[in-house]
Amino acid sequence: MGKRAVVINENDNVATATEVLQKGSIVRMYVGDRTIEISVVGDIAFGHKFAIRDINKGENIVKYGEAIGIAIADIAVGEHTHVHNVKSQRGRGDLYKKSRRSCEE
Amino acid sequence: MKFNGYRRPNGKVGIRNYVLVLPTSICATKVAFDIANKVEGCRAVNNCYGCCQIGNDYQTTFDTLVNTGMNPNVGAVIIVALGCEGLEPHKVFEPLQERGIPVSVLVIQKEGGTVGAIRKGVEIANRYAQDLSEMVKEECDISELTLGMECGGSDTTSGLASNPAVGVASDMLLAGGGTSILSETTEFIGAEHILAKRAVNPTVGQRLIEIVKNCEERAKMQGQDLRGSQPTPGNIEGGLTSIEEKSLGCSHKAGSAPIQDILQYAAIPSGKGLYIMDTPGQDVVSITGMVAGGAQIVVFTTGRGTPTGNPLAPVIKITGNRQTCEKMSDNIDLNVSAIIEGTKTIKEMGESVFQEIVGVANGKKTKAEELGHQEFSIYKTGATY
Repeated sequence: MGKRAVVINENDNVATATEVLQKGSIVRMYVGDRTIEISVVGDIAFGHKFAIRDINKGENIVKYGEAIGIAIADIAVGEHTHVHNVKSQRGRGDLYKKSRRSCEE
Repeated sequence: MKFNGYRRPNGKVGIRNYVLVLPTSICATKVAFDIANKVEGCRAVNNCYGCCQIGNDYQTTFDTLVNTGMNPNVGAVIIVALGCEGLEPHKVFEPLQERGIPVSVLVIQKEGGTVGAIRKGVEIANRYAQDLSEMVKEECDISELTLGMECGGSDTTSGLASNPAVGVASDMLLAGGGTSILSETTEFIGAEHILAKRAVNPTVGQRLIEIVKNCEERAKMQGQDLRGSQPTPGNIEGGLTSIEEKSLGCSHKAGSAPIQDILQYAAIPSGKGLYIMDTPGQDVVSITGMVAGGAQIVVFTTGRGTPTGNPLAPVIKITGNRQTCEKMSDNIDLNVSAIIEGTKTIKEMGESVFQEIVGVANGKKTKAEELGHQEFSIYKTGATY
């Protein structure tokens, strides 16, 4: 069976789909030298990410071996991991404005 | 590795041979385009500024115009001014003349207005274009090339396939003694600590961290969430979740070479090797800066597909997304989706990118050139007064 998703760095907790993945399908991929199998919880669009292990709310999402944001909800293995359950930590002027306002108050 | 190019009197090598019609302000831009459109071999650039600018913005517009005139793809320059703008034409004229570039100034207010200026401009353009048409290409070393590297309309295939393939091609060019420029400071946010380790010394590394910090601070000072702009809605549809993820993918364009220095927008590298230019993430503005910095050729990776080009430098479009290659076939020059499909390696496709760069340097037209995509936009950060 071919690999239909890619894990770039062995420290990553998400994989990227290199094909459209139907809900419930079993996807094989390399993590470093190991091969793992994950059953995807929902449909995953081409190029989108899913968790390859359970990720707790507040934990970093790791791709390329680096943090790409934090989980804003618990994410189960196989679950679509994207803007609905991950938020960026950079360039957040909205947070900056709020913290500045609370300092002024 | 060799290619055939146009050797300029100052020793630089062009891969195209244009007369540049250069408006010093927005008031002269229409006349500049009318002149360029009348004479084959001419290119005008779309300057929307050049008057009522101060400080950094004035300097950026000035540097962009002068250094665009110095791009080796330009064989002669006609400066078109209204006559009363803040960016005075003689200041643009002098550095170009000092570099040995054939250059003339045309002032609309001294030529009877639009019609008179176009008439005189066409006469000059005709003479310059005819002179340039006599140039014969000669064999040049690949080390003469400066490559601009851009990504736009990214999706997750950009970081997985097209950007790493460009990284391989950039490393090959640098191994041959050439120069590459990586840009788009916004798209270093989240990857700056990795790139900074590749700086030739800690000072350059620190400067990289600083330009990213300044970019992020500008967004913060506006009280805005950068997510309103980065990633873009198309990036998100393509699977990119955050600016950090986008940046980590973008930085793969830089291959594995050490970073020699950090360039201001539109600045010309002082040596060979890999440079970083401080530009915004907006593609056209970024490419305009790199071409002003001397890039004769640009590689542009895209996940979603984008049509834009440049007036002076050929722009090669590369995608790692097969669907995009099919849906945007008018605009894509090279498909590296075999990396995603597992039938070709990043190294193999990187070699194809390099071959395409050499082919285009030798004269092969890119799709953006064939279709007349000549977008040009100067960076601006402050108010106009």
